[in-house]
Amino acid sequence: MTTVPLPYRVTAVSAETADCVSLEVAPVGRALPEFSPGRFAMVYAFGVGEVPISVSAIGAGPRLVHTVRAIGAVTGALCRLRAGDTIGLRGPYGTGWDLEAAAGLDVLVVAGGIGLAPLRPVVRHVLDHPGRYGRLRALLGARTPADLLYGEELEHWRRASAQVEVTVDRPGPGWRGSVGVVTTLLDRVDWRPDRTEALICGPEVMIRHTVRALLARGLPARRVQVSLERNMRCGTGHCGHCQLGPLLLCRDGPVVGYDRARPLLAVREL
Amino acid sequence: MTGWPLLLETLPRVQRDRLFTLADEREFRAGSTLFDEGGVADRFWLIRSGEVALDVYVPGRRAQVVETLGPRQQLGWSWIFPPYRWHLGARALGPVRTWEFPAAEVRELCMADTELGYELMLRCAALIADRLQATRLRLLDLYTPHGSVPS
Amino acid sequence: MSAPTLPSAEGVAIGKEGLVALVNVLRARGYTVVGPTVRDGAIVLEELESAGQLPYGWGVDLEAGQYRLRSRTDGAAFANAAGPQSWKTFLHPARVRQWTAERTGGELVIEADDTTPPRFAFLGVRPCDLRAIAVQDRILTAGPHSDPVYRGRRSGAFLVAVECTEPGATCFCVSMGTGPAAGPGYDLVLTELVDDEGHRFWIRGGSPEGAEILAELPGEPAPEAVCRAAAGAVASAAERMGRRMPDTDMRRLMAETLEAPRWDDVASRCLTCGNCTMVCPTCFCTTTEDVTDLTGDHAERWRVWDVCFDLDFSYLPGGPVRASSRSRYRQWLTHKLGTWYDQFGSSGCVGCGRCIVWCPVAIDITEEAAALYDWTRRTEDDPR
Repeated sequence: MTTVPLPYRVTAVSAETADCVSLEVAPVGRALPEFSPGRFAMVYAFGVGEVPISVSAIGAGPRLVHTVRAIGAVTGALCRLRAGDTIGLRGPYGTGWDLEAAAGLDVLVVAGGIGLAPLRPVVRHVLDHPGRYGRLRALLGARTPADLLYGEELEHWRRASAQVEVTVDRPGPGWRGSVGVVTTLLDRVDWRPDRTEALICGPEVMIRHTVRALLARGLPARRVQVSLERNMRCGTGHCGHCQLGPLLLCRDGPVVGYDRARPLLAVREL
Repeated sequence: MTGWPLLLETLPRVQRDRLFTLADEREFRAGSTLFDEGGVADRFWLIRSGEVALDVYVPGRRAQVVETLGPRQQLGWSWIFPPYRWHLGARALGPVRTWEFPAAEVRELCMADTELGYELMLRCAALIADRLQATRLRLLDLYTPHGSVPS
Repeated sequence: MSAPTLPSAEGVAIGKEGLVALVNVLRARGYTVVGPTVRDGAIVLEELESAGQLPYGWGVDLEAGQYRLRSRTDGAAFANAAGPQSWKTFLHPARVRQWTAERTGGELVIEADDTTPPRFAFLGVRPCDLRAIAVQDRILTAGPHSDPVYRGRRSGAFLVAVECTEPGATCFCVSMGTGPAAGPGYDLVLTELVDDEGHRFWIRGGSPEGAEILAELPGEPAPEAVCRAAAGAVASAAERMGRRMPDTDMRRLMAETLEAPRWDDVASRCLTCGNCTMVCPTCFCTTTEDVTDLTGDHAERWRVWDVCFDLDFSYLPGGPVRASSRSRYRQWLTHKLGTWYDQFGSSGCVGCGRCIVWCPVAIDITEEAAALYDWTRRTEDDPR
C-alpha cells in the first residue's frame, strides 16, 4: 500500500449544487486498489493540501467519483478543478458500509446534506442486486431544494423501485415537497423495524437524532450503521487525529455500528 | 410500521373505537385551505394520505412554509388549549384524505373518560415535544458548512 | 528489527574498555551509535563517537516539574534515569519529508522521499524505553498500513539495552510491568556494577548479531558472582521506585471516569503546553504540512509531531471537537492509560516518568490516575 498519492486525472466535473462538485477521476498510471462503498481516499490538491473524501461512485474500471463541498482551502481548490487537471489520490482507507449485514433485509438509507455522497454507492449497489436485498428506502434531508445532491439520479432510483423521500429545512418558492427534519419522513414510509438495516450519514447531531427516532420505533441498535467524521490527517490510523475514544476512525471507521458508537457519541468533547 | 395514525397506534382498542365514533372521513382538494392563522381551532385531523403544508404569512412575501405533515401524522393541536386559535395556516399540497375530529366533542369525551383523556393528552404532549425537538434541530442549521456555530 | 530474544546466555563481564570496544565495533559495522551524554545541563541522546562521551559520574535528581544533574562519586555511566529525549526522536523523527511533487505542464509527478536512513545502534536503552519501542513498533508497523519512515529506521536498528539499577523519584516501571529488568527485544543487554570489585558491566546477547558482537568484545565469561550481584542490583532497584500506578484495571478505570470531577481539577492546573507528549516515548501523533516553492510547481509533504493538547488537533469544520482543556487532558490520559489497549492491545504508558518531570506545573500521571481511582471507590461507597 502506497503512502504516496498516485496521480489521477479529472475526467469530468459536474456541479451538483452551489458549493458541491463531483469529480470523476481516472488513474494517470498505476491505479489504487479497489474501493468499496463507504471507504475514503485522501485527496491531494497540488500544493494546497489533502482531505479525506468518501467515494460517491465507484465507476467501471478504475474510475472513481468524489463529491466535494467547498468549505476550506483544500476543498475549495478541489472544487475549482477542471477536466484534464491532475490530483493526487491515496487509499482506500477505512471500513466500508457492511452490506453483508444487510443481505436479505430491507435497506433504509438516511442521509443529511452531503452525507448522501458516501451512501450513493450503497444505493447503486443495492439497486444492482435486487435479489440480495429487500426494499430500498432512502430518506434525504437538505437545507434547501437547491442543496439537494444528485437530483436527476433520484428519479432513476425511484424508477428502479426504490422509495425515495426528500425533505428540506427551508423551502424555496415552487417547492412542493416536504419541509422538516429528515426523521419526520420515518413515519411516512412504510418500513419494518424487524427486517431493516439502517445506514446513516450526515452531521453528527442529525445522526444522533435519527438513530434515537429509529430505536424508538423498534429498530435494534445492531441494525444501525453510522458514518462518523473526525479530523483525519493520514488515513492509516498513524497520526492519531481520528480518535473517537477507543476507535481510530481511519481504521475502525468511518462506518461504525451504532451499538459501538452509542456510548461514544454520548460523551461531550470525546 | 402499522398503518394506524401515530396518535392512535398504541391506544387500547376500546379507547380507539370510542374516539373514532366522533370521526368523519374528510377529503381536501389540492391547494385547498384547511385553516388560517388566528382562525378558530375547533377540530383536528389525522392524515391518511397526502401532504399538508403549515405556513406563516409574512407581509411582502408569499406564505412561508415552515413544516409539512403527511400520512399518519396529526394535524393541529391548538384545539387543546384556550383560546383555541390556530397558530399557523394549513394548506393541502395535493389531494388529502383525513379523519376529522370535532374538538369540543373530543374534549368532552376526555373529561368524561379521564383515563382516555390522560392517554390522549400524553400522546398529544409527545407529539408537541417531538415537533419542538425537530424545530430546535432546524434552528442549528446543521447543513451549512459550519452549522450555526459562531466561529 | 531485532530477532526474538534467545535463551539467556551466561554472558560476558567487561570493563569500561569493553564499552569503548563495543562502540568501536558498532561503528566499524557501519552503525551510527547513539547514546546518552551530558549536554546543556541534561543527559541527552546524541551520536557517540566513543564510549568516553557516556555520562560517567553523572546522576539525576528528579521530581515533578524538576530535573537536576548531580555528580556521582562512583563514576557510574548508567546510574541515571530517563532524560528529556527518547529513542522516538530517531525512529519516528519530529520532522520528516514524506514526498515531493512536481507539476510540469499538466502532469503531476509525486515521488516518495527515499533518503536512506542511518543504521542506528542505540546504546543504553532503558527497559521502559525498550518497551516503548515495542509499543511504537505495534502502532506504526503492525497494522494493515506500515509506516515506511519508521520501518526504514527501525528495521536496521541495533538495540543495546541497559538494565536499571538506580531509578528516579518519578519512575514507576515496576507497576507498569516494564522494568527494571530488560524485557525482550534487545540485541545486547548490559547491567552496570560499581562495587569493591571495580566498575564492570555484565553483558548478554539477545540476537544472533548481538551474540556475534559479544564475541568480539574483550572480556571474560561472567563469573557467577557478577551475575548474582547484577541481578541483585536490578532487584534492589525494583524496591526503590519513586512512584506507582494504582493496582487496578486501568482500561476500565479510564472508561468509567470520563465524567469525573477530577478532570476539572487537573484542567485548572494544566497549561496544555504538550510537553508531556513531546517527552513521552510512546506518543506518536503527527500532522502534515504542505509547502510549495515560489514557482508554485514544486511542492513537498512534511510530517511533523503533533500534540493532542493543541486546539487544532481535533478541528472539524465548525471548530475543534475538544475545545476545553479538560477534554484535551482527558484525551491524553485516557488514551495513554485506557483506550490504547483497545487500539493497540497494550498500555501506552511504560512508567518512565518523563511526563511528570517535564510538566511545568508538576502534574503527575500517577497522582491523577490515583485520584480517579479514589473517586470510583468513593462513588461505589456512596449509599446513594
